[in-house]
Amino acid sequence: MLREPEARRPLRLAAVMTVVSLLAAALVACSGKSSLGPDQQAGSQTPAAASSGPQSGGSLTVAYKDDLATLDPAIGYDWTNWPAEKMVFDGLLDYDKTTNLEPRLADGMPQVSADAKVYTFTLKKGVKFHNGRELKASDVAYTITRVLDPKTKSPGAGFYTGIAGAQEFIDGKATSVSGIKVKDDYSVEFTLAQPDVTFLNKMALNFAFIVPKEEVEKWGDNFGHHPVGTGPFVFKDWVSGQQLTFEKNPGYFMSGLPKLDQVTIQVGVAPEVALLRVEKGELDLMGDPIPAAEYARIKDDPAWKNRLTTQPQVSTIYVAINTQVKPFTDVRVRRALNMAVDKARIVKLMGGRGTVANQILPPLMPGYDKGYQGYSYDPEGAKKLLAEAGYPNGFETTMEAISTDPQPKLAESIQQDLAKIGVKMNLRTLASSTVIDDAGTPKKVPLVWSGGLAWIQDYPDPDDFYGPILGSASAVQGGWNWSWYANPEADRLADQARAMTDKTARMQVIQQLFKKLMDDAVWVPVYNGQYDIAHSEKLQGEPQDFAHPEHTLRYEYLWKAAK
Amino acid sequence: MAKFLLKRLLLAVPVVVGISVITFVLLYFLPADPARMYAGPNATVDTVNRIRHQLGLDQPVWVQYGRYVSRAVQGDLGYSYRLQMPVSQALASRFPYTLELTLAGIFVELLIGLTSGIAAALRRGSWVDSASMLLALLGVAAPPFWLGLMFLYLFAYKAGLFPLGGAGGLSHLVLPALTAGLGGAAWYARMSRSSTLDILHADYVRTARAKGLPGYRVLFKHVLRNAMNPIVTMAGMDIPWFISGVVLVEIVFGWPGVGRLAVDAVQTADIPLIMGTVIFTAMMVVVSSVLIDVAQAWLDPRVRTD
Repeated sequence: MLREPEARRPLRLAAVMTVVSLLAAALVACSGKSSLGPDQQAGSQTPAAASSGPQSGGSLTVAYKDDLATLDPAIGYDWTNWPAEKMVFDGLLDYDKTTNLEPRLADGMPQVSADAKVYTFTLKKGVKFHNGRELKASDVAYTITRVLDPKTKSPGAGFYTGIAGAQEFIDGKATSVSGIKVKDDYSVEFTLAQPDVTFLNKMALNFAFIVPKEEVEKWGDNFGHHPVGTGPFVFKDWVSGQQLTFEKNPGYFMSGLPKLDQVTIQVGVAPEVALLRVEKGELDLMGDPIPAAEYARIKDDPAWKNRLTTQPQVSTIYVAINTQVKPFTDVRVRRALNMAVDKARIVKLMGGRGTVANQILPPLMPGYDKGYQGYSYDPEGAKKLLAEAGYPNGFETTMEAISTDPQPKLAESIQQDLAKIGVKMNLRTLASSTVIDDAGTPKKVPLVWSGGLAWIQDYPDPDDFYGPILGSASAVQGGWNWSWYANPEADRLADQARAMTDKTARMQVIQQLFKKLMDDAVWVPVYNGQYDIAHSEKLQGEPQDFAHPEHTLRYEYLWKAAK
Repeated sequence: MAKFLLKRLLLAVPVVVGISVITFVLLYFLPADPARMYAGPNATVDTVNRIRHQLGLDQPVWVQYGRYVSRAVQGDLGYSYRLQMPVSQALASRFPYTLELTLAGIFVELLIGLTSGIAAALRRGSWVDSASMLLALLGVAAPPFWLGLMFLYLFAYKAGLFPLGGAGGLSHLVLPALTAGLGGAAWYARMSRSSTLDILHADYVRTARAKGLPGYRVLFKHVLRNAMNPIVTMAGMDIPWFISGVVLVEIVFGWPGVGRLAVDAVQTADIPLIMGTVIFTAMMVVVSSVLIDVAQAWLDPRVRTD
């Protein structure tokens, strides 16, 4: 899963910017001018070309704080390089504006056998790599085999180990993966060892973006700095620590795309500085989240109305309750916790950037249960439950949270809530890597606040919200099942859902599974996050092109108004 | 002289080795798991273990260190997990920027520090003196990241005189160099003021004046030449200080130097890159202090016989 961007921002810089903002406000007050650059002073007007539809041409400059690691889709695994990889490469499948799968390099959705084990993809004809060679089915087989190959050291290998013969190949007992068959130049068949309908989602992941063998072999380890794919943009140039440049692929197989002629990604730009540059019109798009202090300043500023895009994040921020640590072995105590936390106050503390969560799945995720009520805020009821469980006077426990602003503040709010029901919660705020390490160690931490550590799903399917973070296979040392919840019945439901090709029936099983998890109160789901993206007024696109549930940015759809 | 140089260089070896051992051991006890950081959160435990094995992270610490050293002496500093490139290549591409900023920063601190310090000494008690000493106080007190953000806000954002961060031409260099140099300038201002004042009262200056030399000749030939002595030494010692100390300036201005590389490496538990930046910086500090010793020995024969 992808790391939530917020976690990386150093507290100190934020504090400094608050001071700078105050000074700025004072300066503005003295000069009597708006804090915006000259071209933004008439900010409340509607975008010039909003009514005339998308235009082609123009260039986009986006800035990130962190360097990009690589553009090799088998290696890159964070939220800065995924959208960049998407410029250069395509997968067989992709998503529409929301979470529905659609064909990309594939010529239609694949044939899926009734037992959800065999997937046959047919490729579009005439699609060319940037080096001019036509895409063939053998490239698909090569790509997936390469991800599985231990020599590649791909962090995404685990997504494809369900393919028949993958494990033998990884263990060196076979020279190829028996479950991948090239049937002819334009069709390829995957056979899985176990039924898994989420294989389709996995084929839309960046790890499954198709790479040409000859270029990978030509560049070796350095392919990630010289990427060649079929994508809407051609990689041009990379100045380490400074910027990356991409140019429009004029022969892109999807007509009318991309809109932009050029995209430049600048790195090493502090978010506070990036925001100033957006205000000044030097930057079209800020890649990082807007710092909390700055967000408070601009969110109600009319000049920012057309330069701020807000979109719900497919994420849930929660308290993981360690079900193997006393007194949380008792489900009544876990339920009491669910009733004790005042979630609305936490959203308020976040400056309204999010919505209260009542279940594990976020609202945009298929399987989200609209009718589910969850536990309502009821401290008195919580006290009663604790008394029933044999803790009329509460107990003492510990929660770990990361020390990056605003997480300690949010965790303290929970601390106060628990004090009201007699639970004395000691709060330990630590570096994120330490929290992750402790939470993944058996019986070490009773409670973990996931804020800043929470994960945006790898792919928008509820299965990804179970296996890696609640399934018994991940309740191991170094795993991510921080509730240490291992329930064979829940595993069975998840397995059953994974084998169902009928989506409606499958979602019913999924809802049953997640209701069970809520009945067992393995988490306190607190809120669902929100993206706030700062961009220039000229940069246009649907909100989903700025904050897509899978890709974050969809560069090929963004466009630039003439003025 | 050659013997002196050799001795100095040999003394540097245990320093670098010591630093590398300490860093390596500290990293080994880092609470973060580098294999997990490499593989990402959703990688299965199997994948993480395989990657741990492939990166050699499952070996005992002395084996890992031994392997690291045997490669390092051949110039191979390893492969950065985070940047997916050889560490030496990353350092080579970033060091010129740090060096550029270091030299520009030293230039700024000398230019501002010396002129204001000497002016203050010559006009002792006047408004020039008070103003430059107040400036010096502010320069010492202001943290560089705050100063950097203020400069960016005022001179780049409001006034539009300079670009808002990044590296490029001379215009990109001005604000980071000012930020990096201002703190040091404050020290130089105070130091050059007091040493100029001392010398102004020295007998040989009085003699020079008494024999009727014009004011500017007294100033340049007698006062400043002598006042410069400790300042040259101090400027030399600034080079290692800057190389390791411009991290915050690099971050605020998005300057693609070694400091920013080190911070990124620490945040992502990229062990080869952390080791590489630490050892490289240590070597730079050692090399520049050797060079200073050599320069001093050359300037002042008394040092050589120590």
